[in-house]
Amino acid sequence: MRCGRFVVALIIVVSATCALLPRRAPAQTVVKIGLISSYSGFVAQAADQAQKGIDLYLKEHEKDLPQGVKVELVRRDDTSNPEVGKRLAQELITREHVQLLTGVILSPVAAAIAPLTAEAKVPLLISIAAGGSAIPRISPYVARVSFTLWQQGYPIGKWASEQGWKKAYTAVSDFIPGHDSEEAFTKGFRDGGGQIVGAVRMPPANPDFAPFVQRIRDAKPDVVFVWVPSVQATALVKAVRDLGLREADIQITSAQDLLPEEQLPAMGDTPLGLITSGNYSTVGERPGNANFLAAWKREYADGAIPNFLSVNAWDGMVAIFDLIKATKGKFTGDEAMAFFKNWKNPDSPRGPIMIDPETRDIVQNVYIRRLEQQNGKLANIEIATIPMVKDPWKEFNPPK
Amino acid sequence: MHLSDTASAIISIGFHGLAFAMVLYLISVGLSVTMGLMGFVNLAHGVFAMAGGYVLTTLMSRWGLPFLPALLAAAVAVSLASLPIERLLYRRLYGGEELDQVLLTMGLVFMSVAAATYVWGPLQQPLQPPPWLSGEVDFGVRSFPAYRSFLILCGAALVTALWLGIERTRFGARVRASVDNLRMAQSVGIDTSRLFMTTFALGSGLAGLGGGLGADLLAISPSYALQNLAYFLIVVAVGGLGSIRGPFVAALLIGIADTGFKYLLPEFGAFFIYALTLGVLLWRPRGLFGRA
Repeated sequence: MRCGRFVVALIIVVSATCALLPRRAPAQTVVKIGLISSYSGFVAQAADQAQKGIDLYLKEHEKDLPQGVKVELVRRDDTSNPEVGKRLAQELITREHVQLLTGVILSPVAAAIAPLTAEAKVPLLISIAAGGSAIPRISPYVARVSFTLWQQGYPIGKWASEQGWKKAYTAVSDFIPGHDSEEAFTKGFRDGGGQIVGAVRMPPANPDFAPFVQRIRDAKPDVVFVWVPSVQATALVKAVRDLGLREADIQITSAQDLLPEEQLPAMGDTPLGLITSGNYSTVGERPGNANFLAAWKREYADGAIPNFLSVNAWDGMVAIFDLIKATKGKFTGDEAMAFFKNWKNPDSPRGPIMIDPETRDIVQNVYIRRLEQQNGKLANIEIATIPMVKDPWKEFNPPK
Repeated sequence: MHLSDTASAIISIGFHGLAFAMVLYLISVGLSVTMGLMGFVNLAHGVFAMAGGYVLTTLMSRWGLPFLPALLAAAVAVSLASLPIERLLYRRLYGGEELDQVLLTMGLVFMSVAAATYVWGPLQQPLQPPPWLSGEVDFGVRSFPAYRSFLILCGAALVTALWLGIERTRFGARVRASVDNLRMAQSVGIDTSRLFMTTFALGSGLAGLGGGLGADLLAISPSYALQNLAYFLIVVAVGGLGSIRGPFVAALLIGIADTGFKYLLPEFGAFFIYALTLGVLLWRPRGLFGRA
């Protein structure tokens, strides 16, 4: 008798819950996104710059989401280690059931995660850095809004040869992004008719660059191309200054990693005229950039300076929000990829950008910038624009 | 390449090698005091050097203090801050197991990484040398970067002062006596507890000074203590424990040879410093000037 009453009560409760659930669900769509970045380890500084862009976007635009849709970012620290990154991606997919992965600073981390995305059909939108050209080839569920190393190295090589500079020297960090940049510049410079007179690969952990810079000086090239990770930028620039490379009439070129905006105030007596290629400069005059900088200033005042990583990460959030708006937060992995493949943003802080449907990689302007004083501050002034550059490596190395 | 160009390149490499050697010496000399004289495996040496760098850059950039007073303040502040650390932590492990000392100091290193990130953030702290140390100094024959010249001067001055202070004074004799035979030293009336505290503070102060002075070359960031640990240990091990001249000679040898080899054979440049260390230690396991 008692037992029977309990069963009846149970049935009522269960059916009532079931009746309520579907009615509440549409008002509570939560889009879970796994954000993997290197909050600790040797690129922690880059992670901080990128996170500021992401946080700012969320704060400014959370209100623009469709009614009843919420975004939940599940943050994970890959500690700058590919093994850890892979394990975390696995956990995010299987345990947290995220619909999408994003972030990623280091190419080896992206390469470690990519195969998982194909297995689980959960897309990875590389949004901070990880510029290894081949990464989207690993899995059809990888797209990229940041940049590729070839996209920066090749155009500046070509541009340098067009300036009438005949002899070039390359000096790069002896690990994968260094090798990629070296190859890209070399190809670009040779395609333009220039000649490489020397190349040196420098140890990735190196406190003093004087011996390498002296070698460059001895070789008397017209132009040198350098690439080192951001954390070593200041040390390299100091050696360039101390050994008087600019005074020896040698032009210095690099990718934007050498002169990230947040480090410029610390580079007070940096030799002017350093030339870098990049996808963003804070002083770029574009409406998208003006809006971005205004929002940044509201949030961080003078406490932080954005750089290309902040803008890449911001644009990654734009793409994700566009996807959520178009699908009201309900999408499969394949639908998300179909959306990203045709995603465009004509008004990014870095200018017009789009994802190439064939390669799933970013197409964007590459700016040649020269370090100058502007209003009493160092700035990367854009002196030439190479419009809508596709990743050159993929064009030279078509899929087999 | 013309002959004069070759000569100029050699002078330049010699000079920069010497400057790098002095940075190595300045940041390691404190360790030769705590580890060399006191026999404590102080892997957390870099923490004190890093603290010196942070104090220096903070005083200069936020409080606008001039370079030299800020440098002095950094050394003194680190030295004072090390006193309670010595009292509470290090003291318990004097004369104890080396493994315990390694574990304690390694723990301190990891804590310092987290603490520095929390307080100063992950960014490198820039050192802006004062105008009189920026640019070049003309030595008649040719000009050299001012800051690096200043570093060479500081290294030379410091090694002289320490050599006089520790190998030629009563204080130095007491320290060495206490390390060699603690009980005998106590029974002839040396207050070893106080002596060790002073020595530790001296070593930490020197670390703070070195971290501050070297910040232009070895940038101050949260992982400083971990990143540069190998350099500190190499200089002290090659120089020999318990010697004041040893680390100086070792720093010169490593700094100049490292710079020279990176210049001549860049492909093998990074490897050389370790090969040299291995060679020296195989030849003289106690280091160049180590006491038997």
